[in-house]
Amino acid sequence: MKTGKIVVIGNGMVGQRFLEQLVGRPDGAAGITVFCAEPRPAYDRVQLTSFFSGKSAADLNLVPEGFFERHGIALRLGDKALAIDRGRKAVRSARGHELPYDKLVLATGSYPFVPRVPGAEWPDCYVYRAIEDLEAIRKAARTARTGTVIGGGLLGLEAAKALHDLGLETHVVEFAPRLMAVQLDDSGGRLLRRKIEALGVGVHTSKETTKIVKGAERRHKLLFADGGSRETDLVVFSAGIRPRDQLARAAGLAIGERGGIVINDHCQTSDPDIYALGECALWGGRSYGLVAPGYQMAEVAARHLAGEHDARFADADMSTKLKLMGVDVASIGDAHGATPGALNCVFTDEATGLYKKLVVSNDRKRLLGAVLVGDAADYGSLLQMTLNVIPLPEHPEDLILPAREGGGKGMGVDLLPATALICSCNSVTKGGICGAIAAGATSLGALKKGTKASTTCGGCGPLVKQILDCELRKRGVDVKNHLCEHFPYSRQELFHLTRIGALKTFDEIMSKHGQGRGCDICKPAVASILAACWNEYILKPRHAPLQDTNDHFLANLQKDGTYSIIPRVPGGEIPPEKLIVLGEVAKKFGLYTKITGAQRIDLFGARVEQLPLIWKELVAAGFESGHAYGKALRTVKSCVGSTWCRYGVQDSVLMAINIENRYRGLRSPHKLKMAVSGCTRECAEAQGKDVGIIATEKGWNLYVCGNGGVKPRHADLLARDLDDQTLVQYIDRFLMFYIRTGDRLQRTATWLENLEGGIDYVRKVVCEDSLGLGHELEADMQKFVDSYECEWKKAINDPETLKRFRHFVNSDQPDRNVVFVAERGQIRPARPDERESALEAVEH
Amino acid sequence: MSWITVCKLDDIVPNTGVCALVGGRQVAVFRLDDDSVYAMSNHDPYSRANVLSRGIVGDLKGELVVASPVYKQHFSLVSGQCLEDPQVRVAVYPARVDGDVVMVEA
Ligand code: SRM
Ligand SMILES: Cc1cc2nc3c(=O)[nH]c(=O)nc-3n(C[C@H](O)[C@H](O)[C@H](O)COP(=O)(O)OP(=O)(O)OC[C@H]3O[C@@H](n4cnc5c(N)ncnc54)[C@H](O)[C@@H]3O)c2cc1C
Ligand code: SF4
Ligand code: FES
Repeated sequence: MKTGKIVVIGNGMVGQRFLEQLVGRPDGAAGITVFCAEPRPAYDRVQLTSFFSGKSAADLNLVPEGFFERHGIALRLGDKALAIDRGRKAVRSARGHELPYDKLVLATGSYPFVPRVPGAEWPDCYVYRAIEDLEAIRKAARTARTGTVIGGGLLGLEAAKALHDLGLETHVVEFAPRLMAVQLDDSGGRLLRRKIEALGVGVHTSKETTKIVKGAERRHKLLFADGGSRETDLVVFSAGIRPRDQLARAAGLAIGERGGIVINDHCQTSDPDIYALGECALWGGRSYGLVAPGYQMAEVAARHLAGEHDARFADADMSTKLKLMGVDVASIGDAHGATPGALNCVFTDEATGLYKKLVVSNDRKRLLGAVLVGDAADYGSLLQMTLNVIPLPEHPEDLILPAREGGGKGMGVDLLPATALICSCNSVTKGGICGAIAAGATSLGALKKGTKASTTCGGCGPLVKQILDCELRKRGVDVKNHLCEHFPYSRQELFHLTRIGALKTFDEIMSKHGQGRGCDICKPAVASILAACWNEYILKPRHAPLQDTNDHFLANLQKDGTYSIIPRVPGGEIPPEKLIVLGEVAKKFGLYTKITGAQRIDLFGARVEQLPLIWKELVAAGFESGHAYGKALRTVKSCVGSTWCRYGVQDSVLMAINIENRYRGLRSPHKLKMAVSGCTRECAEAQGKDVGIIATEKGWNLYVCGNGGVKPRHADLLARDLDDQTLVQYIDRFLMFYIRTGDRLQRTATWLENLEGGIDYVRKVVCEDSLGLGHELEADMQKFVDSYECEWKKAINDPETLKRFRHFVNSDQPDRNVVFVAERGQIRPARPDERESALEAVEH
Repeated sequence: MSWITVCKLDDIVPNTGVCALVGGRQVAVFRLDDDSVYAMSNHDPYSRANVLSRGIVGDLKGELVVASPVYKQHFSLVSGQCLEDPQVRVAVYPARVDGDVVMVEA
């Protein structure tokens, strides 16, 4: 059956999902036209805020490459539908097009509600809904100092976080007596408020804004019903959303009392040829402000249109889990305990900022709902218990109390029925996930691609991963991350075993936890673990067999068997005398010199036996090892900063030098790079480093987990406006946490991407000390700092070590195979043909 | 071919190698922790640099190997066979410990 001409109004998240569902069916439409009021096709509105943290409009795009062309869909970008003529079955658009339809689909979403406050039309009053809104806010924020969000709901808090991240002094004004009034109860709201205030955002509840007038100090002044007032440069309204139902209303379709296009179970409006989906629709007297129910409607409507008459929408779950300003908040099912006879079970720990509430049925047999603030790790399992009516354990309180002796906590994913809805955004059940795994999707990436699970809000990610691991294990697949054939452990596990067991040598570790002799994979990894745990001099003979040649000779092996030397130049600052020494040494030993990509100088072409001689001179001139050879701290790049630069706000060079001197020589799973910039112009490119520091008027912003190289990654902001001491404290903790948990050759960027909970988790561990490890991590680092020694200084003074720096054990001859030719006034390794003729010339 | 003394056993740290000049040839000599010794050409056929003595020694699936420090291919200490490529093999030489010295036949 062909469905004839279909016209869709709105290409938002739900409209787009509808198109994808429709074209996937064998009885697709004869012709589809889509009106899209926005200047770009569908994008991920749920992730809108990430637009401020570096994501571009292109990153948020939801439309697969070539989608419209491939399916012959006519997309009318930037063209708004103006009227529906139901008599003639046609839609008229702003650009004057008139298009006939056989079936019409309304997916117009909702619009932000702006209360009727005089002055709300002033410039610098914004809403928070589309990319254009965010562009305007970002632009305005450049010249603003303070921002105020009107509305303390879910979206309002998200907008407040965005303003805060843009560097504005931020306030939230809420009409209700608590934040997130829809999702949270009083105690939960109070705790959330405290957490948000602790981040430096002002929270003002029970405040009704009555008027916006011109400010004296700032651009605007908000006047409140209680007589108070507050000045602000920027205002963002986030006082709720309203279904965008004007077109339907004008066309005479049934509309709910408080707005919303009335639909039946098949998503048809009061005119059976017109469907409505997503936030503009009203089903059973309810409209949904979440994407998951919209996606379900999209599927139902597409199936119904394609002739599946039994496709029905059923009530959708409104549970939500979010991360607001680094605070976990989750609300599940009947969070307010509205079910008759419902019992509350509450756990509050004000000291650590935890609030957890269970709403349990009167017979204590099933979970009706829950509220979690401060730690939402149990969201997935509690949601599953609620949705799947899984019987509660004997002590339901065990589900939220900190684990107690013998008290089994949570439940394994294995217990979930196949019908359990795992990803509510995309309606993926456990059965669907298991099916995809059986069909060969055995990695998280393949699973996401195949099922769409975990591709929207990501809240179900941990559960999806657990199911994957569980299924793979059942199939006998080894899901462990073994270092190599000699150790059945990951680097992280081995690190732990080494520390806990106080193991000091490779042999001890091997005899306790491994088998065989080891190899070029596990030996350097163990050497790095030993160095990080006990900071023993890496040249100790007992560690010698473990080291890669670079670490063994404290230099970088080049293609011809010679080595390069990179002395440390902390922060890139180098006085002329030292520059001259580098030049003189290079001249004396005939080395090739080059400025590296990381603000220091590389000397190439040194033979092993020359290394100690060269370093004797360098050490005498005050140089130290630059560890370019090690999986260790490389450089802390700096910009010139406030000392010279007319824009600098802090002394970035001094900070870089101090940081480099603190962490020099620190061994880690992979190399570590850092940088310090003196202002937001970011000349030191700190956001491309493992640790990046950018000066602000008030202190330092700390970025982590950036990367250049193979797969560049923009660093994440970990904390802002830190004083010197807190900055160092956080870096100490961050680095030690990474060193303890990173995998072999895993830079911080990949480490973070594989870390459950991502940057928010790191922030908890580092800034909030959620694991209570802060002190230990700092102490470990201090021990390292106190025991630092320059490896080269030590080497040139130790005859035993010096013995290894010779090419032949039984002759003082150099390696004849090393041949240089001249190029641009310096040396370079000879190519094989050049080498042959050079060697012959000597022989004759 | 004759046995030539190349160095003292103590000149080689257990589980590492050194390079010896034996009759004009560069020979990598390895000492394991049971004081057994192995000798092979020091020339890495992949990088064409004389560096095999600087590789990490160990075992892979029970085969004693050294990994080239340049591109990390593995060569059997016993046969010189490259584990990654059946076509490639480096020369090996008989080696033994005699009292406190290491001898290579080359
Ligand atoms: C010398 C230098 C190039 C130059 O002439 O400028 C260099 C040379 C090497 N780099 Fe690099 N990198 C050098 C700066 C960089 C930079 C720029 C920077 O640090 O600001 C990057 C990108 C930034 C980053 O790492 O995020 C860089 C990204 C890499 C990568 C890719 C890392 C990644 O995470 O994707 C590798 C490969 C690896 O480490 O696995 C690499 C590996 C190497 C190796 C070790 C390759 C090798 O095995 O021979 C080179 C040996 C160093 C040597 O012989 O001295 N090099 N390398 C630079 C030394 C900087 C220094 O003073 O220490
Ligand atoms: C900042 C933010 C964070 C959010 N976070 C979450 C979250 O964590 N979880 C969650 O589930 N949901 C979240 N949401 C809600 C989610 O984005 C919406 O539920 C979802 O986008 C609804 O999809 P929709 O297609 O119904 O509406 P929309 O995505 O708004 O799309 C409607 C489209 O129709 C267009 N349109 C309207 N009228 C016309 C016309 N006459 N002619 C042509 N085009 C027209 C509009 O311009 C718009 O592009 C968030 C929303 C925002 C703004
Ligand atoms: S980052 Fe800022 S302070 Fe540093 S050099 Fe550039 S402009 Fe100057
Ligand atoms: S629940 Fe939102 S992506 Fe799965």
